[in-house]
Amino acid sequence: MAADNSLLLGLVEEFVSGQVDSKATETASGVKTGQFTILQLVEALGLSLTSSQPHTRGRGVQLLSQVLQECYSCLSEREVEVLIAFYENRLKDHYVITPHVLQGLKALTKCSVLPPGSAVSILRSIFQDVHVQSLMLAERSCVYNILISLMESREEELKGLGADFTFGFVQSVDGERDPRNLLLAFQVARNIIHRGYDLGKFVEELFEVTSCYFPIDFSPPPNDPHGITQEDLILSLRNVLTGTSRFAEFLLPLIIEKLDSDVQSAKVDSLLTLAACGLTYSHKELAEFLPGLWSSIRREVFQTASERVESAGLSALGALTSSLSRSVLSSDSEDSLQVFLNLVLKDCQHHLCEPDLKLVWPSTKLLQAAAGASYRASLIVSATVIPALLEQYNNRTQCAQRRTLLEVLQGFVQPTPLSRPADGVESVLVAFQQSLCSVVFSALAESSAGLQVTATRVLTALGQQPCLLAQADVEKAVDHLTRLILEEEDTQVSSAVVECSGSLAHLHPKAFISRMIPRLKEEILSGETQCTRAHTHHTHCSLTDNLGLLSSTESNAAVRLRCVTAVASVSSQLSVVQESTPVLLQVLASAHTGSCSFSVEEVSAVCISLQRIAAHARDTEEIGRFFHSNIIPRLLGLALQAALQSRDSGHSSPLTDEAVLSALVPVISTACAALQSESASRMAAQAVSLFLDGDVSFLPENAFPSQIQLLQSQAECRGPSQLVCLLMACVCSLPRSVDVPEIDRLLVQLEDLICTCSHLFCYTFAAKCFAGLVNKRPAGEALDAVLERVLKRINVELENGSSSQRTQAFTLLLWVAKALLLRYHPLSTALTDKLFALLSDPELGSQAADGFCVLMSDSPDVLNRSCHADVRIMYRQRFFAENSSKLVEGFNSAEQEKKSCYLKALSHIVNNLPREVQLTELPALLPLLLEALSCPDREVQFSTLSCMQPVLLEPPEALRNQLEALFSRMLALTTSPDMKVRIASIRCVHALSRLPEHVILPFRARVLKALAVCLDDRKRLVRNEAVAARGQWFLLGSPGGK
Amino acid sequence: MSGGTRLENANPLIFQRSGERLLTATDEDDDVADPIDDREIFDLIRSINDPEHPLSLEELNVVEQMRVNVNDEESTVSVEFTPTIPHCSMATLIGLSIKVKLLRSLPDRFKIDVHITPGTHASEDAVNKQLADKERVAAALENSQLLEVVNQCLYTRSM
Repeated sequence: MAADNSLLLGLVEEFVSGQVDSKATETASGVKTGQFTILQLVEALGLSLTSSQPHTRGRGVQLLSQVLQECYSCLSEREVEVLIAFYENRLKDHYVITPHVLQGLKALTKCSVLPPGSAVSILRSIFQDVHVQSLMLAERSCVYNILISLMESREEELKGLGADFTFGFVQSVDGERDPRNLLLAFQVARNIIHRGYDLGKFVEELFEVTSCYFPIDFSPPPNDPHGITQEDLILSLRNVLTGTSRFAEFLLPLIIEKLDSDVQSAKVDSLLTLAACGLTYSHKELAEFLPGLWSSIRREVFQTASERVESAGLSALGALTSSLSRSVLSSDSEDSLQVFLNLVLKDCQHHLCEPDLKLVWPSTKLLQAAAGASYRASLIVSATVIPALLEQYNNRTQCAQRRTLLEVLQGFVQPTPLSRPADGVESVLVAFQQSLCSVVFSALAESSAGLQVTATRVLTALGQQPCLLAQADVEKAVDHLTRLILEEEDTQVSSAVVECSGSLAHLHPKAFISRMIPRLKEEILSGETQCTRAHTHHTHCSLTDNLGLLSSTESNAAVRLRCVTAVASVSSQLSVVQESTPVLLQVLASAHTGSCSFSVEEVSAVCISLQRIAAHARDTEEIGRFFHSNIIPRLLGLALQAALQSRDSGHSSPLTDEAVLSALVPVISTACAALQSESASRMAAQAVSLFLDGDVSFLPENAFPSQIQLLQSQAECRGPSQLVCLLMACVCSLPRSVDVPEIDRLLVQLEDLICTCSHLFCYTFAAKCFAGLVNKRPAGEALDAVLERVLKRINVELENGSSSQRTQAFTLLLWVAKALLLRYHPLSTALTDKLFALLSDPELGSQAADGFCVLMSDSPDVLNRSCHADVRIMYRQRFFAENSSKLVEGFNSAEQEKKSCYLKALSHIVNNLPREVQLTELPALLPLLLEALSCPDREVQFSTLSCMQPVLLEPPEALRNQLEALFSRMLALTTSPDMKVRIASIRCVHALSRLPEHVILPFRARVLKALAVCLDDRKRLVRNEAVAARGQWFLLGSPGGK
Repeated sequence: MSGGTRLENANPLIFQRSGERLLTATDEDDDVADPIDDREIFDLIRSINDPEHPLSLEELNVVEQMRVNVNDEESTVSVEFTPTIPHCSMATLIGLSIKVKLLRSLPDRFKIDVHITPGTHASEDAVNKQLADKERVAAALENSQLLEVVNQCLYTRSM
């Protein structure tokens, strides 16, 4: 004990007299481990604490405070009480001691055993004895922290202080300047307001000390050491100012005053603060200021050139309106909402009657913001605005004016979440239902594309609300839409029509089944329908000219294409799907038999539509089952018939075309991916037995020969073996839980097919199928055996330099490597290393380089997440992290003419990395990428440029040292013979203009000169890029530029 | 644009914007040379911002494609612009913006002529004379306040 005592005395002595700061930590750890008690420490400090030298006393208190900061949790209630009394007393001492006292008090306020009453007494002492604003920054922050922590733990006691607490706070914070402390002070103020502390008669004082910072204008010091943004301060002050309605009488005049400011950010802040007030204020607070607020908001929205000011103004108006809508009406006063909206309507409505003038849009936005604030507001606004708009529409005859009016109307038809009627309440538009429908139908019948597009949007909005389209209107609408699909050539109109049909068909399937599908079917299946469209109403003359040149078959094909797209978009309900898919299947069937002249493009378009329909199986299980039982067997049957026919008779139907088969793959795989467990297992079994054993029993029109060998390689290229792509579609997209029967036999057959087939399409899909199955196979001996066998075979084929099957073996290697890489299989490294080695192969080098694109990008038809493949997150980053050094080494050691393969592989890998990784990895790779820019291979140049461009938009620090090299290479490429390279390099030069001005200003003259040459490029697309880039570079370092 | 000041023409007529130029197959073909045509020049100037309104010169109908004439072989461009009101004090500024935009965006072989559509502005001749005078245009661009406004008119938000 005695030894401890002398040790403690030694520590104290060294700290106090010896000025050794580290002794505080040692003392604290002694207290923590129980070596000394606080009492012993105080006793040991005795002499220093009573010394006549303020500095010695300060040192003593400092030691005690620093120990308390570490050990406040092990104090007893009695100790705390004594210490607090001591500290409170010390506040009256010399000013050099005060900082340490505050630190000690801060530590004590964190104690859980703070005795009752001490919180109040601490605060009283601080408010009485300390003049906060004459303290240094750290001590002021200490005071705010004491307030915050006491407010957390002793709320009840502090509230007992009454308004004195608020007054104390107001006094301590008055004059604070540091943003770090302001954030703390705003937090205290917010607590005072939100937690119901008594403000007493100090409401105005509290408002004054906080509102003096409004609107906040703060730019963080360079390199931003504290991480405080203007936005943080603005939000935290806004929270204080808008926290209580008692501030209203002071805040609202302040806002009106600040809105007159010339500074844009002050306007935005004022408007957003006003919007936040809407949440807490009621009519009582607002009433007096409404006319003033409205005229300020109106002025800002009418005059501003800034979207931020406009949207802030609109949200302020919305908040005011919704606050008034919440106010309870008293029987004797007039409806304040009605009064306010009358004001808004009076100022805005007449602008709606001038659809040519600029103010029609700001007025519309204001009225819509008000109407969107509540159901009642939308009722009041609609009652006035909609009849006026409808009348205007009917009185005006010019298309442009009608279009503007309809666009204005559209905004009022679509309810916002706030103005949506409650359940059982009818829409505000019910009264105008008839006239709205007739306006929409008349617009649909007009010849202006813009008018038609807007009309479809209004129609969609009407359709989505209950009771706004009567049955007869729906039917009429469907007829209009059908007519437009058949007749309208403008792509904008037809895509708007298709979209509208899709959304209406989801709600009114019956009308579409009975009126639209039959018409479209007739059109799709008519080989020689005459083009009955009158050539009178085309909107774009250039289009008319072009169409004049189109032969009638070509324009018929365009009509059929629109019909096929429309069929897909209306088929989201099972009942529609059952009617629409047979039409599409019939197209495929007649394309196969050759009874109709469908081109390969049309057949592919049909497949794309089928795929879009299949995508609905994800939401509706019945659609999936319908595809499984009807569509997929039909498709397989047709494809098989076509393949057999082409093998036996040499007749090649479009269904044996590779483009069509590739388009069929996503149809089947999308549907299969959505199958539930039971149908999925059946699908797997059916597909496997069809392809392995030639079991055709589940296919319709069973007229196939009995011995079909689908997985045998054949000499002719359009033979049945290419149906392996459909096998892949069936079995590789099923959920992972489904067991594929006879998988080992299937894998062997696939492997044989790949190694013996000479047909690119066929062996590539077989390899993909193999990979898809391997990827989902559970780890274990079975999988290991398969992999061992296939690797051996690949090795044999690849090592045999004269083998004709090296490409096939490479393809298999690539896809298996991808399958394993995605699931983090341990063998994947061995496989990818083999791919790296092949980069220097004389025959396969270039293919291997392109293979890295396959490896790193998502393939659309297999091995992706929508096929339920086993894809680990961040496999790309992992691959890159493990392999980038191999690539760099390989590049450095490769012979000159092989280097381009490495660069190509590199740019494929980097191109597919997520942006964040690119940014962090770029510095390491920059020398190599710069090398790639001077590589003569244009593909490498292009792919490097396109991978650098997004990175340059937010250029990393490392780039700045390489600017000279970067600019000279980029600028040299702007005159490349390849247009793609010219465009990409100009885009990069454009992106470089975003670097900090002082860094790039030295290059300005050089860039402007180099780009001047591109302004006279022979290609317009290049000139456009050059104009944009040069314009931006001109603004650099020029007033008003950046 | 502060609260107190009023715009000269607070509620101007607005016009529809033409769509983007349609891409044709020959645009993508590296072997075919595309001549600089009226539409290309119009595309350069139609998106210039008006100094007063958040609108483009095209939306205010200050510039129209039919008032743009270019001859690629002879390297001449002539642009006529129409102020929204005959006393518009911004006419010189708008003309200057158009001229600067063309100077920055066209190869230097071109001779650029920017002037007011005849009969649409009170002090047409004076403005035309200023815009045609090389020295005065150069001097105007030395004035940093003027340059700032011109740059703001030419600033494009999208990247």
